[in-house]
Amino acid sequence: MAVLVDNEPGVLARVVGLFSGRGYNIESLTVATVSEDESSSRINLVTSGTPMIIEQIKAQLGRLVPVQDVHDLTEEGPHVEHELALIKIVNAGSERREALRIADIFRARVVDTAVDSFVFSLTGSPEKIESFLELMRNLGDVEIARSGVVAIQRGEKRKKDV
Amino acid sequence: MSGAEIVIKALADQGVDVIFGYPGGAVLPLYDALFKQNSVRHILVRHEQGAVHMAEGYARSTGKTGVVLVTSGPGATNAVTGLTDALMDSVPLVCLTGQVPTHLIGNDAFQEADTTGITRPCTKHNYLVKHVDDLSRAMHEAFYIARAGRPGPVVIDLPKDIQFAEGDYLGPDEITHRHYRPQTVGDPARIAEAVDLIAGAKRPIFYIGGGCINAGPEACKAVTEFVRATGYPATATLMGLGAFPASSPQWLGMLGMHGTYEANLAMHGCDVMVAVGARFDDRVTGRIDAFSPGSKKIHIDIDPSSINKNVTVDVPIVGDVGAVVGQMLESWKKKNPQIDGKALEKWWGQIDSWRAVDCLHYEQGQAPSEAIKPQYAIDRLYQLTKDRDAFITTEVGQHQMWAAQFYRFDKPNHWMTSGGLGTMGYGLPAAIGVQIGNPDALVIDIAGEGSTMMNIQELGTMAQYNLPVKVFILNNMWLGMVRQWQELLHGGRYSETYSAGLPDFVKLADSYGMTGLRANQPDQVDDVIKQMLETPGPVIVDMVVSQEENCFPMIPGGSAHNEMLLGANDHQEQTKTEDGMVLV
Repeated sequence: MAVLVDNEPGVLARVVGLFSGRGYNIESLTVATVSEDESSSRINLVTSGTPMIIEQIKAQLGRLVPVQDVHDLTEEGPHVEHELALIKIVNAGSERREALRIADIFRARVVDTAVDSFVFSLTGSPEKIESFLELMRNLGDVEIARSGVVAIQRGEKRKKDV
Repeated sequence: MSGAEIVIKALADQGVDVIFGYPGGAVLPLYDALFKQNSVRHILVRHEQGAVHMAEGYARSTGKTGVVLVTSGPGATNAVTGLTDALMDSVPLVCLTGQVPTHLIGNDAFQEADTTGITRPCTKHNYLVKHVDDLSRAMHEAFYIARAGRPGPVVIDLPKDIQFAEGDYLGPDEITHRHYRPQTVGDPARIAEAVDLIAGAKRPIFYIGGGCINAGPEACKAVTEFVRATGYPATATLMGLGAFPASSPQWLGMLGMHGTYEANLAMHGCDVMVAVGARFDDRVTGRIDAFSPGSKKIHIDIDPSSINKNVTVDVPIVGDVGAVVGQMLESWKKKNPQIDGKALEKWWGQIDSWRAVDCLHYEQGQAPSEAIKPQYAIDRLYQLTKDRDAFITTEVGQHQMWAAQFYRFDKPNHWMTSGGLGTMGYGLPAAIGVQIGNPDALVIDIAGEGSTMMNIQELGTMAQYNLPVKVFILNNMWLGMVRQWQELLHGGRYSETYSAGLPDFVKLADSYGMTGLRANQPDQVDDVIKQMLETPGPVIVDMVVSQEENCFPMIPGGSAHNEMLLGANDHQEQTKTEDGMVLV
C-alpha cells in the first residue's frame, strides 16, 4: 500500500496507532519525504487481510486528516516491489569464500570488508532477500538490517504530487 | 498580538459565543485574555469531563461547534472521556488544552501530559502548536475539521510560552486546509440504482441514524419528505431519534437491542433496507450473521469507513445525507415510479400484526402501595411536556432506554444521549450545555440515580448560573441495566450493583439552593411533574421507582432480531450461549 501523507509531526503515530487500535497487522513499513518542498511523505506499507479488511484499512487510512491519498498497489495492477537489505556475516576460511561466491550470484555488493566479516548490500524482492539470507545463515553468524518494501506502480501514470 | 489574544480572536471570528472550561497554571494567559474581552462568554464547570459533555449538549442542540478550554496534565486527561464520547457520536467540538512551555515538553514537568499522544485515538484530529505563527492556522483548521465530513472533536494543545508569544493573526478567510475535502454529493449512478431498488421494493424499510441529525434540520426534513413520498415504514437508531417525526403513522419506533418488536422484525424481514446516516452498530444489528438475511441494502454515509465495516451492503453511497437524499428525492419525483401497492399493503398488514403485540406494554397499578413503574413516570413526563418543545438529555442505563422508548420526538436536535460510548454521567452536564445554548427552553435530564452520581459535581455549575435544568431521576436504587444482565445472564448474582450510600436528592437540591421534589406513589407522579414544570430555576426530582423492573423488549447479546425477549417470562426460553455471554 502506498499512503501519501502530510509531512507533519505525529502522522506516523496516527497511521501506526490506527493499525494497532483496530487490530490490523503491519508486516513492514517505510516512510520518507518524497515531494520537492518536503511537505509530503510517502508511507510504503505491507499488510494482509481479507478483501473486506483491506477495504476497511483503506477507508480508515483515508479518514485520517493528514492522509492525502491511499493506493492499494496489489489491487491496482502491475507494480515494482523492492527492498534493501544490509547483511553482515562473520566467518572465516572456506565459508568466507563461499559467502562471497553466493553474494556474486545474487548480485549483492560488498560494502564493507574486515578480516573476519563482510557487509553485503542487496536489493530486490523480499523473496530474493529471504533466499539469500537462508543461504548466508548456513555460512556464519549473520546480522541483518532490512528496509521493508518500497513499491511503485509500473508505467507512465504518476501518483498525485509524488 | 499575543498567542492568547490570537486564540480569543479566532474564537470570536468563528462565531463562538460561549466556551466551557476550567482554569489552571498552563492556561493562565488565556484566562487573562478572556478576562479582558466581552465577545466570548466562559462557563466555569466543576470537572473537565463535565465541560466536554456540556459542549456536546450545546453542539447537538444548537448545531454549532462546542468549545472547551482546559489546562494541561490532569485538565487534559480528565477531558479524555468526553472527547471519546464526542468521537463515537460524531459531535463537532474544539478542545483547547494548556501545555507546559515548549522547552519543558518531554521533561516530565509539573502538570505535563503527552496530550496529543493521549488524545490521538480519541479525537478526529489534534494539534500541538509549537510556533505562534502556526496558531491561526491550527485554530481555523480545527473548526473546519470538526464540522467537515463526519463531525468530531479536535484538540489544540497550546504550550504556555506560545500563549505569551507575539505573532500575527490570520482570519478564517485566509486559511483553507490543503486537501481535506470530504465527499458530500452522491454518485448519480448509485443514486439511480438506489431509487430503482427502492421503487421496486415489496417489504421496504428506512433505517435512520444519527448522521441525519448531524447533517442538520434541512437534511432531516429531506429524509422525512422522502419517507413520506414512498409511504414506507421507518425506524431509527438511538442517535437518530427525532430525525423522523415519531407522530407519523409510518414510524415504527426505535430499533436495536431495546427497540420495538415491530421495528426489529421489520428490519429482519425486509427485502430492501435504506440505511441513512446509520452505521450498523452492534446494538442495532444483534447477531451479525443473522442480521436482515433477505434484504438488499442501500447505505448512505459521509464516512467511507462506515460502509461495509460491519455489514456488507449492495448499494453504498458516500455523501452528506442532506445532499444525497435531496438527489434521491429529485430523481424519485422525476421518475414518479409505480410502486407495488399490493405488496406494500401486505407488508403494512404484517407490521400492524407485530404492532398489535404492544411490546412496550406495562401495567401501572394506581393504589398507593404500588411502586411507580419507570415507564409510567416517563410516559407521564412525555404527556405533560409534549407541547413544550422540551430538550431531553439522558444518562446511561435502563432509564435511557425507557426514555428512548416512551419519550417521542418529532424534531431533530431535541434528544441528547451518549450512544456510542455509553458514558454514565453524560446527561447532567449535557443538559447544562443545552440550557446554555437554549436559555428559554425546557431542558430535562432523564437520569438514573447511579449515573447522576458520576458527574453530580456539576450541580455546582447549575447553581452558579441559576440554570433552570430539571433533573428527573428514576431512582431504583440499583445500577439497573447491569442488574438486569446479572438477572438474565448471570443467575441473579447481583455483584456490586446495589446503589448504596446515595444522598437524599431532595436535601441535596436544598443544599445547592435548588428545589427538590419526590414521588413515592403512582398518584404523586403527575403532581410532582407539574410542580417541577411550574417551578422556576433548577429542580431535582427523585422519582422513587420499582426496583425490579427490567427493560424490555430486549435482544440478548449474540441473538438475532427475531429472537427478542418481550418480557420477564420470556427469559427462560433463551439459550445462554458462551458466544452471547462474552458480548457486552
